[in-house]
Amino acid sequence: MTAIADTIQGQINADDVVLYMKGTPVFPQCGFSATVVQVLTLTGVKFQSYNVLEDGELREGIKTFSNWPTIPQLYVKGEFVGGCDIIREMYQAGELQQLFADKGVAATAAA
Amino acid sequence: MAMTATEIEKLIKEGLPDSEVTIDDLAGDGEHYRALVVSPAFAGKTRVQQHQLVYDALGGRMGDALHALALTTKAP
Repeated sequence: MTAIADTIQGQINADDVVLYMKGTPVFPQCGFSATVVQVLTLTGVKFQSYNVLEDGELREGIKTFSNWPTIPQLYVKGEFVGGCDIIREMYQAGELQQLFADKGVAATAAA
Repeated sequence: MAMTATEIEKLIKEGLPDSEVTIDDLAGDGEHYRALVVSPAFAGKTRVQQHQLVYDALGGRMGDALHALALTTKAP
């Protein structure tokens, strides 16, 4: 594994829910990233985020790692779940909440 | 570098024969599109795999020439 892939593997192992995004949850710098933050906030799960705009190596590395060309990207328990469209669709269908429940990711506060 | 809706549709149809592609230009700026792709190739695949098939058809343009494509995929 390359160094960046190693770093990413470490990040997705360290937290149950990991979001690679543009900007931060408080200040998203892309509408797609903002949407995923909003959805995660609605589900009430705690998530770790990484701002790819601050790290060019991570920005390119995560695309290769996931074989996915765009950001945001969401990982749950080390598994790639999808980008903005998939996350939104899953939330609307109730599948995202189910996935968190199935994987044992606790919602800290239902929003 | 932007792409036209016609180019996007052509690439997806070349990559996924028998697919039905509907493209909407969301902002009228030639950069923000919404695409609905219905293809028999999606049967039995996860959403991530379905989207990856479309991205493959777009041949690396997604995330580069094409910044914003809101994608919905379905098996017929």
